[in-house]
Amino acid sequence: MEKDKVPQDDENVYENTFKVVYAVDKDGNYQKVPTKGWEPENIALNQAWETIHEKVSEARKLVEEGKVSPLAYHIEKDMLSPALLADYVGWSVKKVKKHLDPKEFARLSESELQQYAYVFRISTEELLKTN
Amino acid sequence: MELTFEHNQSAHCENGAVSNLLSFHKLKLSEPMIFGIGSGLFFAFMPFIKVNGLPGSSYRILPGWIFKRVTKRLGITMQSQTFRDQDKAMLELDNVLAKGLPVGVLTSVFYLPYLPKALRFHFNAHNIVVFGKKGDSYLVSDPVLDTTVEISYEDLKRARFAKGTLAPKGKMYYPLNVPERVDLKPAIVKGIKKTAKDMLGIPVPFFGIKGIRYMARTIKKWPTKVSEKELILRLGQLIRMQEEIGTGGAGFRFIFAAFLQESAVVLQQDWLKEVAAEVTELGDRWRDFAFAAGRICKGRAATDDSINILSEILMECADREEKIFKKLKQISL
Repeated sequence: MEKDKVPQDDENVYENTFKVVYAVDKDGNYQKVPTKGWEPENIALNQAWETIHEKVSEARKLVEEGKVSPLAYHIEKDMLSPALLADYVGWSVKKVKKHLDPKEFARLSESELQQYAYVFRISTEELLKTN
Repeated sequence: MELTFEHNQSAHCENGAVSNLLSFHKLKLSEPMIFGIGSGLFFAFMPFIKVNGLPGSSYRILPGWIFKRVTKRLGITMQSQTFRDQDKAMLELDNVLAKGLPVGVLTSVFYLPYLPKALRFHFNAHNIVVFGKKGDSYLVSDPVLDTTVEISYEDLKRARFAKGTLAPKGKMYYPLNVPERVDLKPAIVKGIKKTAKDMLGIPVPFFGIKGIRYMARTIKKWPTKVSEKELILRLGQLIRMQEEIGTGGAGFRFIFAAFLQESAVVLQQDWLKEVAAEVTELGDRWRDFAFAAGRICKGRAATDDSINILSEILMECADREEKIFKKLKQISL
């Protein structure tokens, strides 16, 4: 890739920062060149986020319908899984999965709620919400 | 406590962290030099290993291996440790910083609040250098950023103890002994030979040139095997592995070309410059692949024809890489 052909397709992925790629100058010598992004990379990133947002919306809907506990929403929002969340809180996957049931979730103690809230970096009040 | 630490932005975090750490210890090596000596270039296509639920591919060797090979090949002694106790891990970091030494730290991208939001996925093998402490904040040289940043104690602790695949377990490392002068020549030759061997000689279909051809054949079958939506997500994943931040463009091929160019001068072997130019052309073809795949994703429409074109580009990349690495395999001092 030539230096002056390094794409600058800015979709604000890098939030006014930039990344560097390696490209050649007129004499074929390599140097680092800053870039704000490139179309295929932006498309691929955007569609990856779209998938995540779809999952979050789906989880939110299920929580609102009372089918699952808010935990399901926070798991999707932080791109975790019950297994990974279990790893973070240090409980069994079985126990975490049980808390996806709204009835079981309602029975959690304040200290258990706090442990979940800590993993999600939110307050226990926020843990009960889906926004 | 703040050191004078020279922050050089790099394309790839592992190269960059090592390069910046060594530079502090007066050993100036460029990012491509670290990458090449560490035999960082690779190719793997393992569709049965799912990354975010999608077939996995990689253009580089496993995280941590560049670091291991570079230190070994250059005779650098590194202190490297992991921890069970999170507070102990932070305390040990403070202790080393207090000695006036910058420290390489392994982190999860997801828990680094200073990174652009769009890039924060659960990637657990991100290398940063911590070079000081100011109040409750740590001064960070993140190799992929253009400037240095700060991070709180709490955030850094979280990032060091992320769970899941490649969990960093608080890993930190710093040079104990860096030779004043190193002989780059044998290290470069070893680095190139190992890369050529990895690309040509692993007797399973998923790695090196075979892996590229395997990917070319596999994606051709996707239109009949999976839904269009799934197909587009799979292509997106391939693009990301090849072009997202950290790759230097064209799945590390351009960094490798820059390394060959630098090596031609060190070894006084002009033919390496020609190979470097061939790798540049090869990299451009990989970019063609990403661009064509991106257009399919953008239009949300994959036809057999458009997928066949992708497959043909990959076959061509494989042929080019085979030629290149057969030449490089012959390298000697």
